Amino acid sequence: MEPVSRVEGTAVPLDRSDVDTDQIVPAQFLKRIERTGFGPFLFHEWRKDPSFVLNDERYAGATILLAGANFGGGSSREHAPWALEDHGFRAVIAPSFADIFRNNCCKIGLLPVELPQESVRALMDAVLDDPTTRIVVDLDALSVTAPSVQERFAFDDFRRWCLLEGYDDIDLTLRHIEEIASYETRRPTWLPTA
Amino acid sequence: MPTPQTLAEKVWERHVVHRAAGEPDLLYVDLHLVHEVTSPQAFEALRLAGRGVRRPDLTVATMDHNVPTTEGPVTDATSARQMEALAKNAKEFDITIYPWGSAGQGIVHVIGPEMGYTQPGLTIVCGDSHTSTHGAFGALACGIGTSEVEHVLATQTLPQTQAKTMAITVEGDLPAGCSAKDVILGIINRIGTGGGVGHVLEYRGSAIRALSMEGRMTICNMSIEAGARAGMVAPDDTTFAYLEGRPHAPTGPDWERALDDWRSLPSDPGATFDAEIAIDAAALRPYVSWGTNPAQSVTIDDAVPEPDSFADDAKRDAAHRALTYMALEPGIRIRDIRPDTVFIGSCTNSRIEDLRVAAGIVEGRTVADGMRALVVPGSVAVKLKAEQEGLDQVFIDAGFDWRGAGCSMCLGMNPDILAPGERSASTSNRNFEGRQGKGGRTHLVSPAVAAATAIAGHLTTPEDL
Ligand code: SF4
Repeated sequence: MEPVSRVEGTAVPLDRSDVDTDQIVPAQFLKRIERTGFGPFLFHEWRKDPSFVLNDERYAGATILLAGANFGGGSSREHAPWALEDHGFRAVIAPSFADIFRNNCCKIGLLPVELPQESVRALMDAVLDDPTTRIVVDLDALSVTAPSVQERFAFDDFRRWCLLEGYDDIDLTLRHIEEIASYETRRPTWLPTA
Repeated sequence: MPTPQTLAEKVWERHVVHRAAGEPDLLYVDLHLVHEVTSPQAFEALRLAGRGVRRPDLTVATMDHNVPTTEGPVTDATSARQMEALAKNAKEFDITIYPWGSAGQGIVHVIGPEMGYTQPGLTIVCGDSHTSTHGAFGALACGIGTSEVEHVLATQTLPQTQAKTMAITVEGDLPAGCSAKDVILGIINRIGTGGGVGHVLEYRGSAIRALSMEGRMTICNMSIEAGARAGMVAPDDTTFAYLEGRPHAPTGPDWERALDDWRSLPSDPGATFDAEIAIDAAALRPYVSWGTNPAQSVTIDDAVPEPDSFADDAKRDAAHRALTYMALEPGIRIRDIRPDTVFIGSCTNSRIEDLRVAAGIVEGRTVADGMRALVVPGSVAVKLKAEQEGLDQVFIDAGFDWRGAGCSMCLGMNPDILAPGERSASTSNRNFEGRQGKGGRTHLVSPAVAAATAIAGHLTTPEDL
């Protein structure tokens, strides 16, 4: 994975809570067996509404998505972060995320940034007011900066280190291959096998 | 004396392969379930990296999401391609597979328990959020993404940050007409779609103990709808009786060893949870969802709420949007809502007990005019069992479609979908916009309410028929 330390750009205000992964990429588009090419299906149904924010020219080229609480709930489909990333997003800022979605984002270098509700509101208002507002997410400094907002965020230390260094999770785990092998010798023999 | 531990902590601790300060624990995975939708990219990545599957003997694959529930063939070329990819990957990496058309096929969360793969104390993962179902046996079972599927295939482990624990205690007797589905819909209504985030839920109390394994699976299944990382029920004699004699359950002296081990799993007296919730079983009623997330529900006796009655801004906005999508006016009685489709199926409610309950209600009755009603058994084994019991004929005589096993209308990846504007009463787990087909409107209900609704033509309970 490419190291990720900083995302700077404009943002799309998706002012809704509980945005589930079925909305981010509907099931009928999960039939691809490739990892790429999901961007065109992002928010497929909502995009049919001309007034949907992602159709608003003024937000074209944004790299940050601002959203409401409990973003990414529901299905575990990693296709959701793939679609966001393929569309050009590099960070999502919301008051809270669903666990599996947050994991999936970290695996592909899409930053899930949790800020207090009021700060997300302030960012949304700033971006609604002026779509050219630039936001900087700094994973190294754990800060989000915009003209009207300056906020620090918490991020799991280990995940942050993996993202900053661009480490591959499997390579990291394989450092413990001997412990894995030794654990396997201690497993009870009656455990189920295929 | 050792510190009292919860069930979740016990299962967690015995799977730690590597622990270091500032790092997630590396947990060993006892059972990896695989299906066709979330695995192809993982296998492809393995191939590109020149890696193999570490423990094909702990990996089990089936086809469920895409499969047709009619005779076939698979008419959708991309579905067929995905199913072929899984068959090819299973062959290449020497993984046991129950393909479409085989006797062992079914929804991944139905076949695991039914074949005895799912056992107390195991760590179980699958690239599917409803993996929480397996927690009904006292296993720690989590849904994972495709990158994690690849990680487990390659290493048989998963790095996991410690979860918090939440006890959900349901005491008392469930009223007649209330089922496990109503318990979990009631819980989600109470704690919300994000109420379980970061937590492993443990369902406890006399109402949970009184449930069959199937009921416990229904409850654990929907833990993810409260945002939880997993849901669990402590194993007990009900669990052991269910498992004994299943194809992959231990036998002979191993069975005795396993029992000794499983009996040590329940949370110790005095174990503390990070959060605790108490639910009065006697106060529950059949629940029906009116909105587009599973927390947006009321009881069957209620009416569609007024969005402005929600104090919280986000909830109010969400309710307004949901009612627009659902084409419902505030104040309409739930019993006056008229679905045109009834779906009995999904990993939440497609097991033999669910079908028995539904068949008992529709027997000797006829599906309402204009109603499309279908029953999709969770597995080929459930289907055969139901046919042995004559349930298929009961459903067919009442005017239901009797189908083959799969996910079907739970998520509409196969031809079983709602058309735009169609409205279902569904025993599945998600009422998200478009979940059952774009523009489709879903009301989540129990099998009993689904069956009664099919007959009456409007949302109702069997007692009203
Ligand atoms: S039945 Fe529905 S929820 Fe269950 S695994 Fe299939 S698609 Fe997912």
